Amino acid sequence: MSGPLAVVRRLGAMVTDGIWRLGFAARFFGLMLLYSGQSFTRLHLTIREIYFGGVLSLLIIVVSGLFVGMVLGLQGYETLQRFGSGDALGVLVALSLTRELGPVVAGLLFASRAGSAVTAEIGLMKATEQIRAMDMMAVNPIARVVAPRFWGGVISMPLLAAIFTAMGIFGGWLIGVVFIGVDEGAFWSQMQNAVDFRYDVMNGVIKSVVFGVAVSLIAVFEGYDCTPTAEGVSRAITRTVVSSALAILALDFVLTSFMFRGTS
Amino acid sequence: MSRTTLDLWVGFFVVIGMAALLFLSFRVGNLAGTSFTDTYVVKAQFDNIGGLKVRAPVKSAGVVVGRVGSISFDTHSYRAEVVFTIGTGFEFPRDTIASILTSGLLGEQYIGLDPGGDIEMLESGDSLQITQSAVVLEKLIGQFMFDRAATPSE
Repeated sequence: MSGPLAVVRRLGAMVTDGIWRLGFAARFFGLMLLYSGQSFTRLHLTIREIYFGGVLSLLIIVVSGLFVGMVLGLQGYETLQRFGSGDALGVLVALSLTRELGPVVAGLLFASRAGSAVTAEIGLMKATEQIRAMDMMAVNPIARVVAPRFWGGVISMPLLAAIFTAMGIFGGWLIGVVFIGVDEGAFWSQMQNAVDFRYDVMNGVIKSVVFGVAVSLIAVFEGYDCTPTAEGVSRAITRTVVSSALAILALDFVLTSFMFRGTS
Repeated sequence: MSRTTLDLWVGFFVVIGMAALLFLSFRVGNLAGTSFTDTYVVKAQFDNIGGLKVRAPVKSAGVVVGRVGSISFDTHSYRAEVVFTIGTGFEFPRDTIASILTSGLLGEQYIGLDPGGDIEMLESGDSLQITQSAVVLEKLIGQFMFDRAATPSE
């Protein structure tokens, strides 16, 4: 079987398979929300996942936030100085971090640091038939395994993004004020004038919550849906990282176009 | 169920995250500063608002006293109607002049209020009668060039 017909057939199979998976993912999401109440009665499971997803990601978030802020400080000053407005460095650093870089970069780091681990864990549980064993013992695997990991991610993500943003602003301050010598008063006061709590800070937080839901959902679903072999698990992890990154960037565009239309 | 070290770490993490959020809202953002809780509304019509934006500051003597709420076009007078809010602590006479000014050469535009001498104070919903439009650079240059062309050169 070869020739153009096979290509068309394979294309059709790919499309059908994709839609099928999407429908399954939607049903999975609905079921997980339904069983979340059960998993909240055993809160220590979720707290354990916040530890593995959030607390253990702190180091990478803090260090990369610091470096991103320091790079912004250097590059921003270099460019702003050409227009004689080096004092506006604080505005540049704070706005780019609260609106965009904080949620997006923290989301990408979270997906590769914690999302992949969740997929691997659930995938391996499936491969070693632990999930089926739970089903046999009348323990609901979605309530016991999946929902705590999902909620752990959803809770951790906004906190991580806020820490990332704060560290980035600290990094920008370190480079701008301490090393380059931008006036400290101008740095903070211009920043406070330009950054609006509801408009900039809250929209950044909303973004990070949405990214948290997207990344956690992708991670638990890919793990739950993987082919239960060594190869299948490794493929699922790859898919988690790739589709999380794509989802974050695409959602970021959609959210940005809703939040900041460029009119005001 | 007993307390574990894991709980301590999670609590630590949540505290740091909340501290970062507080830092963002108070030190980076202006939650504590220039947002007014009690305000009253004042309207003003301008021939030309230039590049004035919603949420631009309203200043008097350089101090921020309010924010621009909405900008619309009045189809009867063919002028721009700007609605802005002023903090209740700041009272202005009824014949206050509103003008659209620019901070710096290329900075953002804001509304400047020059208080008049009226005894009665502005109340919510009042309109300012005397306004001054934004300076449009192109018009200014055009005027300058016509003036130069009109005066005979020696």
